[in-house]
Amino acid sequence: MTLTLIADAPVEVDSEGFLTDPRQWNEQIAAAIATANGVPELSDRHRLVVRFMRERYLQTGTAPSIRSLGKESGVPIKELYQLFPKGPAKLAAKIGGIPKPKGCI
Amino acid sequence: MNELLEHTEPRIDQPATIEKVAIVVSKGSLEGIYPALIMANGARMEGIDADLFFTFFGLDAIRKDRHEKIKVATVGNPGLHTATWIGAIPGFAALATRMMQRQMEKIDIPPIPEFIELVHDSGVHLYACKATVDMFGLTVDDFIPQVEDIISVGEFYEKGGAGQIIFT
Repeated sequence: MTLTLIADAPVEVDSEGFLTDPRQWNEQIAAAIATANGVPELSDRHRLVVRFMRERYLQTGTAPSIRSLGKESGVPIKELYQLFPKGPAKLAAKIGGIPKPKGCI
Repeated sequence: MNELLEHTEPRIDQPATIEKVAIVVSKGSLEGIYPALIMANGARMEGIDADLFFTFFGLDAIRKDRHEKIKVATVGNPGLHTATWIGAIPGFAALATRMMQRQMEKIDIPPIPEFIELVHDSGVHLYACKATVDMFGLTVDDFIPQVEDIISVGEFYEKGGAGQIIFT
């Protein structure tokens, strides 16, 4: 864990840049992480996915699988990969300020 | 002499991370097909490109008439830790398959037809092996629509590019 500055806010991140404390997250931090990870502009569809990931994590303590992300977020799998080409679950978790998803699916 | 020395520097052409995988599915049992699907899906989740090449009985995973009927191999499978004659009892394979599928559903692993759709929608390319297709007398109409093409092993290597090849 290292303390770093994202969007002028001091936050704790792991070695891959995932926030370790979801409470430190805000919209400005989300936008800054997105830009740094190849998503220059967060659209409403991006935000929908990020919010779903985050809420599910806060409710259950684990990030949703890609399967339930595709079924329940309101954004189908194909579009998820268009929005986040480098891995929707991983990237949406990073932008949403939650730890990296640990599941295989 | 100088010319010789110039070539002794090791060349580093390989990227530090995996950027593409091509996975060969050669078995038609449940436990033969799932690992390949999980690995292909896992690759895409990490932003890695993935191809699936179905050959021999692996073709069952993409055949319209068979992909919903994939079963655990209950005979000749020491991993089940049951006597071979028990595995051969009619209905045992179906029972073992149902039990395994229930366990998988619990950890959110989809059934094979849904999983194939999922990996396809994730950007995994699905190919059928030409040699096997010819050997079994099949045509493109025998396969589910997610299958992109029937290709030769040479074409498979070409598409694999500089990626890693995994045989399951």
